[in-house]
Amino acid sequence: MSVGDYIRNSQIWKSVFRHPAPTDRRNRVVVMLTNFFLHLHPVSIKQQGIALSYTWCMGGITFFLFLVETITGVLLMFYYRPTLEWAFYDIQALRDVQTLGIMREIHRWGAHAMVITVWLHMYRVFLTGSYKPPREFNWVIGVLLLVLTLLLSFTGYLLPWDQLAIWAITVGSNMAKATPGLGTEGPGFQLFNTSGYELITNASDAKFLLLGGRFVGEATLNRFYILHCVAIPLVVSGLIAIHFWRVRKDGGISQPL
Amino acid sequence: MLNPHPDLTPSVLVGLGWFYLVIFLMNLLWTIRSFKVDGEYRNGMPKASLWAVYTSIVMMLSFYHFTYPVEGFMFSMPLAFKDFFDAYFSNPVLYFFLTILGLWAMIQFREWWTKPTVAWVLLNCSLIFMTLSLTDYDFRQIVGKPDNVPIVAMLFIVAFFTWIYFRRAVDNDRRIDEGRPLFEQEDNDKVLVWPDLVYTELICMVVLTAVLVFWGIALQAPLEEPASSMKTPNPSKAPWYFLGLQEMLVYFDPWLAGVVLPSIILGGLIAVPYIDFNKAGNGYYSFKERSFAITTFLFGFMPLWVALIVLGTFLRGPNWNFFGIYEYWDVHKVEAANNVNLSEFFWNGLGLGIPKGSGVGDILLRESPGIILTIVYFAALPPVLGLTVLRKYFVRMGVLRFLVFSNLILWMAILPIKMLLRWAFALKYIVGIPEFFFNI
Ligand code: HEM
Repeated sequence: MSVGDYIRNSQIWKSVFRHPAPTDRRNRVVVMLTNFFLHLHPVSIKQQGIALSYTWCMGGITFFLFLVETITGVLLMFYYRPTLEWAFYDIQALRDVQTLGIMREIHRWGAHAMVITVWLHMYRVFLTGSYKPPREFNWVIGVLLLVLTLLLSFTGYLLPWDQLAIWAITVGSNMAKATPGLGTEGPGFQLFNTSGYELITNASDAKFLLLGGRFVGEATLNRFYILHCVAIPLVVSGLIAIHFWRVRKDGGISQPL
Repeated sequence: MLNPHPDLTPSVLVGLGWFYLVIFLMNLLWTIRSFKVDGEYRNGMPKASLWAVYTSIVMMLSFYHFTYPVEGFMFSMPLAFKDFFDAYFSNPVLYFFLTILGLWAMIQFREWWTKPTVAWVLLNCSLIFMTLSLTDYDFRQIVGKPDNVPIVAMLFIVAFFTWIYFRRAVDNDRRIDEGRPLFEQEDNDKVLVWPDLVYTELICMVVLTAVLVFWGIALQAPLEEPASSMKTPNPSKAPWYFLGLQEMLVYFDPWLAGVVLPSIILGGLIAVPYIDFNKAGNGYYSFKERSFAITTFLFGFMPLWVALIVLGTFLRGPNWNFFGIYEYWDVHKVEAANNVNLSEFFWNGLGLGIPKGSGVGDILLRESPGIILTIVYFAALPPVLGLTVLRKYFVRMGVLRFLVFSNLILWMAILPIKMLLRWAFALKYIVGIPEFFFNI
């Protein structure tokens, strides 16, 4: 008996994988049904639905990049303290000192790549008309995922706390100040400030809410850190689960009738 | 002139050598392909020989850059061309309308440029153009920034996928015309996910991991000086994927460019499946059956999103001035901006003088021409369109759907409209009520 067979026949192996090696038709079906990760997929599928030239695999790539970002992100969290005192120097140390410093590179380039692949995925879905009935609602979930992907990237941009970071966030969050009705430099906020009450001031408007202060500062760093590392990823994970569920329930990858 | 290229240091030259090496290798493969597929000229010479000649030239260029380039003989972008380019293409409006022209040509000539050989020639042209441009110091400063590299890559990637789309669409359009089955309907048997899909995914993951690790090693993530609220960089830019929105700040106030327009973009995207009543073209690539939908989407994606990001990233320098791609980012460059409000045009044009006074009534009177125009644009134009040019859509969509649809289209058009007005009349605001931060 070869070593491979010995391992595959051991009690340990069999307790993990509940089926023999997927070498024949029957076991290739069984593997899809019993493996937790594989059960996301159907057992069999139309050939064109998985053709690279049709889907570009862009949704899959986006998902993979999300996983890469999660893993590298968790590793980075071991090294990074979101305080004015340490944020910048922790990142600098990742560059100059830490062995695993390349995680930061992978995390940053992966984030850029994910933004691009989300766009391309949407592009493909549009060009194949896959948003048409019965997949309208999955398109809507997709748009939410698109926004959240951009917000993930945006909140992460601040964390290195260098010049690039705070000024990019300053430019971006200045827009909040102009929100109609809710910002002190946008139209309509005066409506809330009638008869002596100042409801919308620069210490209570939309920008203040976003930054936790009037300027990008310690509170902003904390806020963005939590949004970036906890809040948005949780929502995105949930939406991705629904997105995948709906791909299956809407009849799999779109096909000509 | 002792040294015409003081900035072309050995490391830059070696970098260029790598560029040419990649182009050479690509074309080597292409020559082999061409030898197999392309056939011969009438005199018996294989068509691949032209490619072979070109490929060997690129190869020599590559090796030349790796060895000891002599200062006198440098293969670089001619100065005259750079000056010409910077002088005549330094204008955001011109840039924007050129991208629209490009989109039009892309759609119009889709049968032509989707041919592999044509596409390959175009790809080579753009690669050589970029490599040559990299010999320019200022070009390199901007394109070579680590955070900007993904954007350059994105351009090629988007072009590639657009090519795939048009190729498949042209093919399917032809099949539909001839009554043959679609490409997607041929060889469309059921296969098992293990192994057919699982292995594709595995390979994808391995390749992507390799790409990311290689990218991470080759290019260090940027880290500038520690944050300081005292030193404002000039220009201050938002993250690159928002630069299209930042570019709109040139034409609209933040409440529009930064809040209302992004919300409308998202709302519009969400609305897409509910306003597109066309059942055809679901689940396969096609153009003719959905030409309006596709054209609109491409318009939103190419000129309005990707091209504006490129504009904001590469062509906007200090003080958000426009700079040609080979131009030095001079902080002191001044651009005259004497923009005038519509109300001033109107009242002065009538010889009445601008109505004074700061009461609400006075302000509304002063801005009445712009307010009326805006109301007409968003409220009166849709019904008019629905009864005339867009009648076909109106009939099939019903009132509500049509109103949403036509308003979205009108919103999409406001940026080009405002650009043109700014360019032609130096128009600042259509409605200008700074008293209430209400400027359009
Ligand atoms: C985090 C972001 C996203 C992830 C991880 C994701 C993932 C996926 C995956 C894996 C698929 C299977 C088919 C494929 O790979 O193309 C898919 C399909 C789909 N996605 Fe996404 N997606 C994301 C964002 C979006 C966006 C932004 C849209 C559109 C606005 C969208 C709309 C759709 C639709 C309509 C389908 C069904 C396509 C079909 O049946 O052909 N998704 N998505």
